[in-house]
Amino acid sequence: MAFEYKQASTMEQAMQIYAETKSQNRHPAYYAGGTEIITLRRINQLNVDVTIDINKIAACNVHQMEEEYLVIGSCITLTDVEESNYFPLLTMVCKEIADRTARNKITVGGNICGEIFYREAVLPFLLTDSVLVLANETGIRTEFIHHVFEGKLLLQTGELLVQAFIEKRYLTQEYIAIKVRQQWETGYPLITVAALKMDGQIRVAISGLCPFPFRAFEVERIINNQSMSREERIDLALAHLPSPILNDVEGSNEYRLFVLSDLLEKIIDRLEGV
Amino acid sequence: MKMRRETVTYIGKSVFRKESLEKVTGKAKYTADYLASDALHVEMVKSSYAHATIRSIEIAEAKKTEGVRAIILGDNLPLIGEEVIDRPPLAVNKVRYYGEVIALVVADTIPIAKKAAKLIHIEYEPLTVVNSPLQALEKDAPRLHDNLLDYKKDEGIYPVEGTNIINHTKIRKGDVQAEMKEGEVMVESHFSIPISDHSSMETRAALCEIGESGIVRIVTSSQAPYMVKKIISRDFKVETGKVVVETPFVGGGYGGKASVHLEIFAYLASKAVGGRKVRVFNTREEDLTVSPVHVGLEATVQLACTAEGKLTAAKLKYVFDGGAYADKSPHLSTAGAVDCTGPYKIDHVWCDALCVYTNHPYASPFRGFSHGEVHFAFERAMDILAKKIDMDPLYFRKINVIHPGDTTPTQVVLTSSKIGDVEKCIDRLRELMEWENGQLEAISQNRVRVKGISCSWKNSTIGPAVSSGVVLTFNSDGSINLMSGLVEIGTGTKTVLAQILAEQMKMSVNRIHVRMAVDTQTVPEHWKTVASRGTLMAGRAVMAAADDAIRKLKKMGAIVLRVSEDDLDVANETVFLRDNPKQFVPFKDIVYGYTYPNGNSIGGQIIANGSYTLTGLTNLDPETGAGNPGPEWAVAAHGIEIEMDRKTFRYKILKAITVVDLGEVLNYKAALGQIKGAMSMGIAWAGREAFYFDENGRVLNPQLRTYRPLRFGEHPQYEVDIIKTPHLEAPFGARGAGEHGLVGIPAALGNALSHAINTELKSLPLTPEAIWRQWKEAHNGI
Amino acid sequence: MAESRQNLVIVKLRINEENHSVVIPPSKTLLATLREDLYLTGAKPGCFNGDCGACTIIMEGMPMKSCLMLAVEAQGKEVITIEGLNNSPLQQIFIEEFAFQCGYCTPGFIMNGHALLLNEAKPNKEKIKEWLESNICRCTSYEEIEKAILKAIANRNG
Repeated sequence: MAFEYKQASTMEQAMQIYAETKSQNRHPAYYAGGTEIITLRRINQLNVDVTIDINKIAACNVHQMEEEYLVIGSCITLTDVEESNYFPLLTMVCKEIADRTARNKITVGGNICGEIFYREAVLPFLLTDSVLVLANETGIRTEFIHHVFEGKLLLQTGELLVQAFIEKRYLTQEYIAIKVRQQWETGYPLITVAALKMDGQIRVAISGLCPFPFRAFEVERIINNQSMSREERIDLALAHLPSPILNDVEGSNEYRLFVLSDLLEKIIDRLEGV
Repeated sequence: MKMRRETVTYIGKSVFRKESLEKVTGKAKYTADYLASDALHVEMVKSSYAHATIRSIEIAEAKKTEGVRAIILGDNLPLIGEEVIDRPPLAVNKVRYYGEVIALVVADTIPIAKKAAKLIHIEYEPLTVVNSPLQALEKDAPRLHDNLLDYKKDEGIYPVEGTNIINHTKIRKGDVQAEMKEGEVMVESHFSIPISDHSSMETRAALCEIGESGIVRIVTSSQAPYMVKKIISRDFKVETGKVVVETPFVGGGYGGKASVHLEIFAYLASKAVGGRKVRVFNTREEDLTVSPVHVGLEATVQLACTAEGKLTAAKLKYVFDGGAYADKSPHLSTAGAVDCTGPYKIDHVWCDALCVYTNHPYASPFRGFSHGEVHFAFERAMDILAKKIDMDPLYFRKINVIHPGDTTPTQVVLTSSKIGDVEKCIDRLRELMEWENGQLEAISQNRVRVKGISCSWKNSTIGPAVSSGVVLTFNSDGSINLMSGLVEIGTGTKTVLAQILAEQMKMSVNRIHVRMAVDTQTVPEHWKTVASRGTLMAGRAVMAAADDAIRKLKKMGAIVLRVSEDDLDVANETVFLRDNPKQFVPFKDIVYGYTYPNGNSIGGQIIANGSYTLTGLTNLDPETGAGNPGPEWAVAAHGIEIEMDRKTFRYKILKAITVVDLGEVLNYKAALGQIKGAMSMGIAWAGREAFYFDENGRVLNPQLRTYRPLRFGEHPQYEVDIIKTPHLEAPFGARGAGEHGLVGIPAALGNALSHAINTELKSLPLTPEAIWRQWKEAHNGI
Repeated sequence: MAESRQNLVIVKLRINEENHSVVIPPSKTLLATLREDLYLTGAKPGCFNGDCGACTIIMEGMPMKSCLMLAVEAQGKEVITIEGLNNSPLQQIFIEEFAFQCGYCTPGFIMNGHALLLNEAKPNKEKIKEWLESNICRCTSYEEIEKAILKAIANRNG
């Protein structure tokens, strides 16, 4: 059947179109920035024949400080994040994704829910224990990110990421984000680390090391254990990483560990004393 | 009216490119901009194995698809190729690289063509993949081409029976065996450069239509439209006058579009649909990995010198990864042999340059034509040897520089016209780099700033019997149309030709209309737009045409003014009496003939022409390599300054400097742009560009987000200085300029990094991981 | 994926201050539509993947990669292509500074540079780098392009 493009102005409408499409044995997808949908379809790596443009849904376009939270809608572009700069760590991470012109189109939701496994935009959300608002046919649910994100967002069929909430107290914490590439300053990440100090503890989230981004809880436990020397902590942390460690054209797994070791040192340098 | 020409000279003047307005307004047309809604579309069906026998191809289902007009297979097609005719246009019986084109689908639209292509089922029987040139040389390596010696080939190519070696070029100068035994100081090292790509911004595209009387019209993004004409005519037996190839603006080529590739598919496709117009267009992935690529090299360099640092002997083995088919790479390996040592005086040189077949995409020329590759190996060895005798690397180069009177590896005796001044380049580089301040400076505990250098030279080896022609016609207002078969691929040479003409005619360059698009029927042939020989060959042809025009103008002028031709001069679009400039006749009154007051008319439109052939070139002797390969050597000295973190091995290039002897500069800003652009390409190639193959010979990084040219913001500060030792055969002494910025850059970078971490780096690309690995290996994992 | 010819949609576009109606499959990108349906071939197909920037146009004042958007997404929005710039100062400066060679990446760079000038009053080198990193040039060293942008900013700001 032929490709179709539809627009939804409300969440209900979006969900309805999705369900209808599925019932016709077709393949729907929500369309925000759409960059991944277009590029992966072109090389036959994505089977989507109905796109449901959600950019007009009001809730997906919220981007503001509320009383206790920063609220970011899933359709907010990465450029918008940078220009508004409500959360400097998020700005710093988003600024390194793709390039500026592409970021005028790539959305926070699209980057987090995409097939391409880096999903770097999720790192600050993982660090800040953010809360996600998801909408499905039966209604809206609010979930603590760590309950619904495991390398990727575990969405039910037809479910839509609507918004993310970050508690305001995180926005002003000390942070560091470093993106290391195979060479120089452009290209996919070799490793991207984002780290934050909260309640005296360093928090770390990593992308590019494995074929999924993750909050490195084990690593945190170890590097916050000041009874060990810095070197001991880093060595031990490197032994407590998820698997697999990527081994690909960007770099080998051994080299990634070498790079991570240096990044952990830089994180400790930056955040330990503050 | 001004009689005497103003003392405006165009030599060196940064005249704006003639096609500037077209390019900045988006109006400039490139091949795929000719949308041809009346064209059928061609989809390439590509091999999913790097080496396999084709057992069967099922096309019945695909053929039934509505909108499909033809499906073409490789049976019954003649072999094609450039210097070796070894390539089936469409793979037949065997595939030899991942992505090799096996069939063509011609259909009404691209989606239909793609749909049908997916319905074509091919059964393969995989064969062992030859995944590197060294593997290709192993005794039990599969033979990619069984009947090497049976292939028709050009002179000067020496395949070795029973191997994967399609060409073996030998340089035997002096007596290397004797010298090496003398107990001099010697180093031996092996260097590796993987395959990479030109990655022009415009991907290749071609259209073809065959008319009723058999006239084959091709429009293509090519550096060699006349070669397209030759190959279609020669290999498909089409009368040569019936092949007309047009090339509009080309969006970069760098050698990759000198090979004939898509045009063959376009021709076959059009033929299969009764001559209807067809269009074939490369996606970026196809352009990178299906169309020809940038050659790789495995090099072993043995270099010897006296204790005082005088080079005595060099023994070199260069093994080029030519890929699945020969195309231009036998010539590439020959070129590598010709200039195998860099610009130094070495009396004893032994070089074996091998071009081998592998199951990789095949190589076309790439900017530098093997010189960048060879210089990486040789100039790294020079630094290693300099270190061994504890000599400053720049001084080591200087005392070994080759001079007029010395001989090259192919035993050409140099003159100051034939070669630029390497020493001057080195001296100037020394100043610009503030070399006296030291090569290495520690900035902090882990960070250092380091300088690396190299020298380079390049001649062309484009073979004897190549020529360039120019035709000039006049417009009724006295302005001139300039037709040259040189393609405007970005070098700005078309504008330079106008400058040369303006200079000779002593008229305004704005009054010269250069025909930008090339068509092989009406525009005289310029062999190929390659080798940095545009200015020399087309420039000389322009000068010859200008002479012809001046002669013809003076002849008419003599009649009109009733004086002797010898007393006339030409300037400001007039022909005038030297002795009394007030006696003149303007061009516009004579370029379309002359009419007397009584009505009698004489003459007609003035048409002038000129051509130029490289003379004195010879093939190389098969045993010694002696011969005269090209007209001149441009030389350069390069420097790279980096800042490096010795703990993480990450580095930034701060400055890139080239001092190049160009003989003369015709358009200063254009020349500068070419030199710097070449340097930029060299930096990206050295630091990041490479194809990564899996064990099945498949390229893993075929997109621009994974195969990464340099991007804005990653560029260093550039400095270029130009030395002027004229090449006396060239227009105003100007040597070739397009490639030289690149040639020594990878070596200079490798030298800087090696010095920074006191580890000899021996492969490209010089990524932090590669450096880390080599450092670890050298320090035994400590 | 093959598109059946039956599913076509009418898309109303506003390009270079002109209104157009095109009839296209909804999966057609803005790049393909500009080139094939409106014959505006200034935006170039360098990669179809959003990597090279040769397809850059300006939509609602922002630079966009037209290969990364469906034509239908541009409905109701102001789009400027390179053909819509009328002798802008930036174009003239590109000529003066020799900021192009083969010219293929040039429309994309000029569009991006033009958009930068529209959006930023006094962009510093970092900002310029951030924006222009979106476009690849294979011929030049980028120095000429950088110089052109800086000159355009200086001239504009007086």
